[in-house]
Amino acid sequence: MSFLKKSPWVLHYAATSCNGCDIELLACLTPLYDVERFGIVNTGNPKHADIFLVTGSVNEESRKVVENLYAQMPDPKVVVAIGACALSGGIFRDAYNVYGGIDQVLPVDVYVPGCAARPEAIIDGVVRALAILEERARERKTQRKLVTS
Amino acid sequence: MASTTIVPFGPQHPVLPEPIHLDLELDDERVVQALPSIGYVHRGLELLAERHDYLEMSQVAERICGICSFIHGQGYCQGVEHLMGLEVPPRAVYLRTIWAEISRIQSHLLWLGLSADAFGFESLFQHSWRIREMLVDIIEETTGGRVIFGVCKVGGIRKDVDDETLQRVGRRIREIEAAYEEVARVFREDPTVQKRTAGVGVLGAEDAYALGAVGPVLRGSGVVRDTRQLGYAAYGELDWEPVVETAGDCYARCEVRLREISQSFDLIAQCIDRMPEGKIDVSVKGKRPQGETMIRLEQPRGEVCYYLMAKGRKNLERFRVRTPTFANIAPLVQMLKGCELADVPVIVLTIDPCVSCNER
Repeated sequence: MSFLKKSPWVLHYAATSCNGCDIELLACLTPLYDVERFGIVNTGNPKHADIFLVTGSVNEESRKVVENLYAQMPDPKVVVAIGACALSGGIFRDAYNVYGGIDQVLPVDVYVPGCAARPEAIIDGVVRALAILEERARERKTQRKLVTS
Repeated sequence: MASTTIVPFGPQHPVLPEPIHLDLELDDERVVQALPSIGYVHRGLELLAERHDYLEMSQVAERICGICSFIHGQGYCQGVEHLMGLEVPPRAVYLRTIWAEISRIQSHLLWLGLSADAFGFESLFQHSWRIREMLVDIIEETTGGRVIFGVCKVGGIRKDVDDETLQRVGRRIREIEAAYEEVARVFREDPTVQKRTAGVGVLGAEDAYALGAVGPVLRGSGVVRDTRQLGYAAYGELDWEPVVETAGDCYARCEVRLREISQSFDLIAQCIDRMPEGKIDVSVKGKRPQGETMIRLEQPRGEVCYYLMAKGRKNLERFRVRTPTFANIAPLVQMLKGCELADVPVIVLTIDPCVSCNER
């Protein structure tokens, strides 16, 4: 990834997380880390988002919301799972009401470990997601060319 | 016949960091009634007490919520210590109090930022979080974690803080307080903040008491009740008075939190001055919790109750938490009646909803 072709907008949803990763994620947007200077904006609208940041271990109720939000995002899109709970269920793995990991319900591209994941780790995850996003955009372009030719 | 419209609010909403859903029944722009529905963050944490032994469970208790994490851990540990009849050394008690107050300040600053964002004052949001980040640095320096502290354990604390660091923290707290006062002045004096919050979402003292409101919501309505008055941890030995405002609107709740931040800075300074010497933990070897107990603590959001029952085994029999947000949802529904649709995000945020606490 040499430079960013566009400003990636992120959508955040707390799917059954304890809040820890969510406030670290918000901390990324605030003055100390300030990812907005790279054009990364947190949007509330899934239709504007390129990267979906999900935290938490997902229960039945939030599964519906997560799937709905994912379906509303335009292609190309990338899913980043943040925190131990989003990876495997973490400390709540044995709890009766969780699926244990976002990858049980969505195709996850980048995994960010940590309980709670540190802002530096989250930013790194987003940067990796950008590389995947650009790759997908390129693929789509080639496919389109094939279809039209 | 007047027709009403139902507008869904949440679970995914720009002002909400966490999912909660409200069905707002609107007559034109006015809210007739609000129906909350929860369950997006329910994990079944209480039952984990059967899977993890009582020592490990303190880590789980801390993850009830990432914002007020330390106080959850503290409450759980106090409960188990009570069941086991342990006497926690005074130094551990004072350090716990310091960490609890630091986490109260960071939680309130976080809330001030989010509420500023809710009424569209984005630079204020950024400034509140800038100051919060300075406190997170202190947390990281003294405990090792940024949001999950992990220092509270049954019988004391895991990590001592040496006196030199404590003095440094004391000096830094003063600097942060000066920076905070500047931001607090904007909240108090800026006309746009007052226009959005004063007279909005009024909750009278009788209503607040009858509906079981807790924390800043209750104190913002003029009821003097702060669980720290019970004198748990070191609060019985410190000089402080509960913060009370009487207006009962969003501005009063904001003011309560602003003044509580100043008070917490003062409490931290008092704790550092009076810090006792000595051990930081007592051994729990060979002991098991037995009996049942109820522990109440003051969270940033209000009173939290823990019920613990144990039968002398290594797992607790029952662990039950009643969190402040749950108590504040009934008052919230009352506040939303008759307000404008545009004020809903501000009112929802003034109860400082912590959904993961609420649903566990």
